[in-house]
Amino acid sequence: MTFTVQFLIDVLSLGGAYALMALGLVIVYGILKLVNFAYGELIMVAGYAMFLMGGSGLPWLVMAGVAVIMAVIAGIATDYVAFRPVRAKSVTAVLITSFAFSTLLQNAALLFISPRPRPVPLPDIFSQTVTIFGAITPVRNLITIVAAIVLLALFAWLMRRTVLGIAMRAAATNFTMARMLGVPANLIITSAFAISGFLAGVVGLLWIGRIGTVVPGIGLEPLLVAFIATVIGGMRSMTGAVIGGFLLALIDTTLNYTLSQELLKFRDAFTFSLVILILLWRPDGLIKGPASGQRT
Amino acid sequence: MLEVNDLEVRYGAIRAVRGVSLKADTGELVAILGANGAGKSSTLMCIAGALKAAGGSIRLDGQDVTSANPEKMVRAGVATVPETRDVFPDLTVTENLTLGSYTRRSDRAGVTEDRERMLALFPRLAERAAQPAGTLSGGEQQMLVIARAMMSRPKVLLLDEPSLGLAPVIVDQIFEMIRTLKQSGLTIVLVEQNARKALSVADRAYVMRLGKIAASGTAAEIGAATDLSALYLGG
Ligand SMILES: Nc1ncnc2c1ncn2[C@@H]1O[C@H](COP(=O)(O)OP(=O)(O)OP(=O)(O)O)[C@@H](O)[C@H]1O
Ligand SMILES: [Mg+2]
Repeated sequence: MTFTVQFLIDVLSLGGAYALMALGLVIVYGILKLVNFAYGELIMVAGYAMFLMGGSGLPWLVMAGVAVIMAVIAGIATDYVAFRPVRAKSVTAVLITSFAFSTLLQNAALLFISPRPRPVPLPDIFSQTVTIFGAITPVRNLITIVAAIVLLALFAWLMRRTVLGIAMRAAATNFTMARMLGVPANLIITSAFAISGFLAGVVGLLWIGRIGTVVPGIGLEPLLVAFIATVIGGMRSMTGAVIGGFLLALIDTTLNYTLSQELLKFRDAFTFSLVILILLWRPDGLIKGPASGQRT
Repeated sequence: MLEVNDLEVRYGAIRAVRGVSLKADTGELVAILGANGAGKSSTLMCIAGALKAAGGSIRLDGQDVTSANPEKMVRAGVATVPETRDVFPDLTVTENLTLGSYTRRSDRAGVTEDRERMLALFPRLAERAAQPAGTLSGGEQQMLVIARAMMSRPKVLLLDEPSLGLAPVIVDQIFEMIRTLKQSGLTIVLVEQNARKALSVADRAYVMRLGKIAASGTAAEIGAATDLSALYLGG
């Protein structure tokens, strides 16, 4: 019982974070059919925003709110700086500009802050633990689970029940037709980047909460995780991204529990082998998603 | 209402539309006929704002709307049903209709009322309101895209080959509906391969050939022209 509970909480909290990361990446991919390589830096922006507000004495929730807003602004800035100027050109052009924007943000952090880890203010509750059915559980894992449930529900509501959400789903399958119904292209794209930034900001807080510090390269792992989760789940489906996130967390956690100390160093090699197996079995990912053609 | 002058559309080096002029007065139904590749769809998509004009002008109610973007054309009162019959396959019938009313989404009561009216007009869609549009038959999808276009309460409706690939019974139903829409005072530009059907509802018609207007006149004149089939098949 204790073991099961512990395992479940580990999978769900890691999976919740992974699912949110993947969703933030896939919402932009779905509409533009382009991977935003500067996505990880949105998490970095949230982290450094927290660090810079560290000594301000503001309540933690206010700082967290500001950090998320900074990530949203950085997300929208990605659109204006890296995507919009070259969107009509080639895929390669956008790949390069989004890499460039990512490097630019990282180097700004290196230059103006520091290459070394910087502490991030965390509320006490992040370091407390509770015992559930004998399993000693960090409260932050429970917070992550709750945050993931709330955000996934909010996201589902936004996409299914609001006109903006329906328009975004439509634009993801056929952008030109959506425009011919009067849906403004720029509004949809900006909204996608803003939602992406919002998810990255919240995930950033939870993610950095595990370590307590931020470094310029903090975004690399989340970007990789989000990318792998969406590839497993199917690049075209938001449900797929969420499922992919939880599946990846299940694989990682199972390996954590079963691999011996020496083998644990090679955990990522095991994870990637499994991912390759899944892709050999289903090259398009687990969920097909709507048929969608052209890039916009 | 709608006035197109000397319109040119190019795809790279291909000149698909070469100096087309046409007009549609308020409440008029104008047909554009022509063989495959004559440039009918290119003309229509250019009016809709989905293709940029390489030359010429498009005026709506006297206002210049040449190369306006598609969303602006909808706001100006032009709704388009492309020949690719683009329903959003994973969205439900209701959601598809909701998107049709995007430009007037703040008028909730009016939108709900229009949606009810469309579903009453198309009972087959009403039965399938909660179903993903991708699961509808070809004829039902055609009805849905027309209903969806009407949700923006357009002044001008651009219809591209609504009969394409449909069974004769369904084609009759669709044309019946086009007649009803015309009676409501809507201005319609109808692109068709099915010349006989199109001329039976049209006031005037243009025949396109190799990107140019080869003939024009009232529906009766065009229908009576002995060289119609020659013009038509001459592609
Ligand atoms: N995306 C495109 N790229 C290049 N050429 C195109 C494209 N779309 C159309 N064309 C060319 O433009 C010309 C006109 O095409 P258009 O689709 O307007 O004809 P149409 O009259 O609608 O024909 P149909 O009756 O077959 O629908 C054709 O020669 C076609 O090959
Ligand atoms: Mg055509």
